[in-house]
Amino acid sequence: MTKQVILGAHFPGVNNHTVWSDPAAGSQIQFGSFAHLARTAEAGKFDFFFLAEGLRLREQRGRIHDLDVVGRPNTITVLAALAAVTDYLGLAGTIQATYNEPYEIARQFATLDHLSGGRAAWNVVTSPDAFTGENFRRGGYLDRGDRYVRAAEFVQAARELWESWPPGAVAADREKGEFLTGAPARFEYSGLNFSISGHFTAPRSPQVHPVILQAGDSDGGREFAAHSADAIFTRHSTYDAGRAFYADVKSRLARYGRAPAELKVLPGASFVLGDTQAEAEEHARYVRRQQVSPQTAILLLEQVWNTDLSAFDADGPLPPFDPDPEAASIIEGRARMHDDPLAVARKWRAIAEEKNLSIRDLIIEVTGRQTFTGTPASVAEAINRSVQDDACDGFILVPHLIPAGLDEFAAKVVPLLQERGVLRSSYEEGTTLRDRLGLPPARPAASWAAARREPVDA
Amino acid sequence: MPGTGELHLAVALDGAGWHPAAWREPAARPGELFTAAYWADLAREAEGGTLDFLTIEDSLGLQSAGRSPGAAPDDRTDQVRGRLDAVLIAARIAPLTRRIGLVPTAITTHTEPFHLSTSIATLDYISEGRAGWRPRVSVSPREARHFGRREFPELSPQLLADPATARHMTDLFDEAADAVEVVRRLWDSWEDGAVIRDVPTGRFVDRDRLHYIDFASRWFSVRGPSITPRPPQGQPVVASLGHGPVPYAFAARASDIVFITPGSAPHARETVAQVREAEIDTERTGPPLAVYADLTVFIDDKPGEAAARKRRLDELDGAELSTDTAVFAGTPDELAELLTDWRQAAGLDGFRLRPGVLPHDLRQITRGLVPRLRRRGVFRAGYAESTLRARLGLRRPASRYERSPA
Repeated sequence: MTKQVILGAHFPGVNNHTVWSDPAAGSQIQFGSFAHLARTAEAGKFDFFFLAEGLRLREQRGRIHDLDVVGRPNTITVLAALAAVTDYLGLAGTIQATYNEPYEIARQFATLDHLSGGRAAWNVVTSPDAFTGENFRRGGYLDRGDRYVRAAEFVQAARELWESWPPGAVAADREKGEFLTGAPARFEYSGLNFSISGHFTAPRSPQVHPVILQAGDSDGGREFAAHSADAIFTRHSTYDAGRAFYADVKSRLARYGRAPAELKVLPGASFVLGDTQAEAEEHARYVRRQQVSPQTAILLLEQVWNTDLSAFDADGPLPPFDPDPEAASIIEGRARMHDDPLAVARKWRAIAEEKNLSIRDLIIEVTGRQTFTGTPASVAEAINRSVQDDACDGFILVPHLIPAGLDEFAAKVVPLLQERGVLRSSYEEGTTLRDRLGLPPARPAASWAAARREPVDA
Repeated sequence: MPGTGELHLAVALDGAGWHPAAWREPAARPGELFTAAYWADLAREAEGGTLDFLTIEDSLGLQSAGRSPGAAPDDRTDQVRGRLDAVLIAARIAPLTRRIGLVPTAITTHTEPFHLSTSIATLDYISEGRAGWRPRVSVSPREARHFGRREFPELSPQLLADPATARHMTDLFDEAADAVEVVRRLWDSWEDGAVIRDVPTGRFVDRDRLHYIDFASRWFSVRGPSITPRPPQGQPVVASLGHGPVPYAFAARASDIVFITPGSAPHARETVAQVREAEIDTERTGPPLAVYADLTVFIDDKPGEAAARKRRLDELDGAELSTDTAVFAGTPDELAELLTDWRQAAGLDGFRLRPGVLPHDLRQITRGLVPRLRRRGVFRAGYAESTLRARLGLRRPASRYERSPA
């Protein structure tokens, strides 16, 4: 059976993928930029818009990082506003489970689901770092191993809240004088991280449970996705890595009584288009140079060398010395990029020497190349092949320019996917995001909890 | 001068209206209270009347027929129960309106000040300078159990007359003042113009214009800077409701506007005097608090009709309307007269009207009251200023962290 391609549109964030130096680069904070991307995605019949979150400005060498886009809005507030300028598009956002409590997040997503007519999706993230925690009264330190315990409990508690009002609880029957069909129902959740009870303020929302996404490729992240999420947002965007990842993640579902189609695998992907392959590749090189300014090249090199390299020339050769793996990390506020800096440095040095590359050329060569570079036809083909061959169920596309970075894709690639019959031409599969993604209706909280408590070993 | 010239007019939106039986009126839309269309229509109606701003009520617990703070949820099924997050309702209606100020309620007691700051700043971006915030405390031990992080004492029915309850409530207002301080510092933590996009040096921001706020008090500490650049208004408008010295002191420390609940013109004058005392006691700097009186209103054109309507609603509900404000039931002319009198007697800056029934009494405000106030020369003919601060006569302050030019 031909699978449908799922498409998400990721508002580009605070890393060097986002090109802010281009004359066409617009505001990263004005609402018009968010609205433009969302409307483009809806015109292209995408499944959802995606907005990430960061709760502390990144620092390197003790100073606020100033070379990439800095600053962003509050995620769910933007999603609520986007519900006003779109009609069908799903509205997905990352919200931390570390610096929030289930009651308020459940309430915000229930609200978003009501106010968007069933289009809400939540990317659940737990961050362990005390650095970000300094912005929060509850602090932030979470043992790495406890991250997914907290996340699973958080989602479970949210599910209890979302369904605490029975179906049809709001009668609004003037004649009988019954606003509610019965006395307000209570909720109760008790676990290692949360022990809460009382009354939720929101009735059941159209999806009952908004769509749950998980981002994180670690073993713990995959397992969390298998027992608690509807979709997984992964870095494995290449064909081969995708197929291995897909097979692994989908094989974990049976233990929790779930069918493979109940968890969608969605890699993040970037793209550059051209009328010919050569033109696309030339444009991709231009974009890569924009993404890696001389200053950014030095900074990315510092993330491996873990020391101050500001005295080096980006157009010159690599430092003559090796990284010191014992030194304290110079980066705060984002995940550590390299597990074995010595090995990375050796590999990079070999590439630089072999191809005679400067620091900047090397960084362009070894970091963040576009997932898809080609003509609209070849990109459509590559996307479809990945989906049909089970390397994924679709992609979350990350344009490198705001606000118009998705325009060309929507105008040129989308019609080709529609011609192939793998992308909708109109939104007509039910009314909610859950329907559009081909997910089953929300299962009761108790059934999620039971499956998680007693996995079945096949 | 307060009391002369034009007055400011705001409307307080809550559920189907402020009468517990409002949802049973023929024009009410009780089945739509949790939909965007309902709120969008109310906002457009309020904007049609060129009102200064609308407020949206919120709380972290269910409504109850018992009016005291912290009242337990009851088993009644004949009144509206349930509500959505007010900040998100405001965000949802912001792109559908162009001029009206949007002032949602958000609770300081259980919500992170960091999130409050970025969400209101974001609302200010979405609305292009029309955002405000009504901070509110949550005193209820039941609501505290929704979060499971703090134990709150049961409230004594004597409230502030009981020492333990008084201490609890005073503490929460003290903490709320710190929360507002953190929110305000975070709004200022990016100076205007911190985003430089300087291609030659490769720098997106000038990090010397981003500031740690390093706030620490007995309640919490927050490092900063914000993740969100300084909002269009610089400082979105903060408005709080008060019924006594503790919330007046909170307003004097934290707010731009205070809503008071006098029962009569002389009472309004006494209350304004108490507010001014609180400003002195707290050594408030900057512009004086703008004082708005809250009034619950039932308005019909025919004399006697509004009062009869209210009586009918009281009967449906089984009790006379119990509220913290004065209740007005009469014609648009009578209300225009009352507002003008109160304002002159007490030096009020404006009013926040609570429609007894939505949308009926809101329409009476926008289509009946507003034209009459205009004829009296005490209300604007339209919207001139584009930001809420400007409309309220508040200048846009520089960031507190900005170094004055050498």
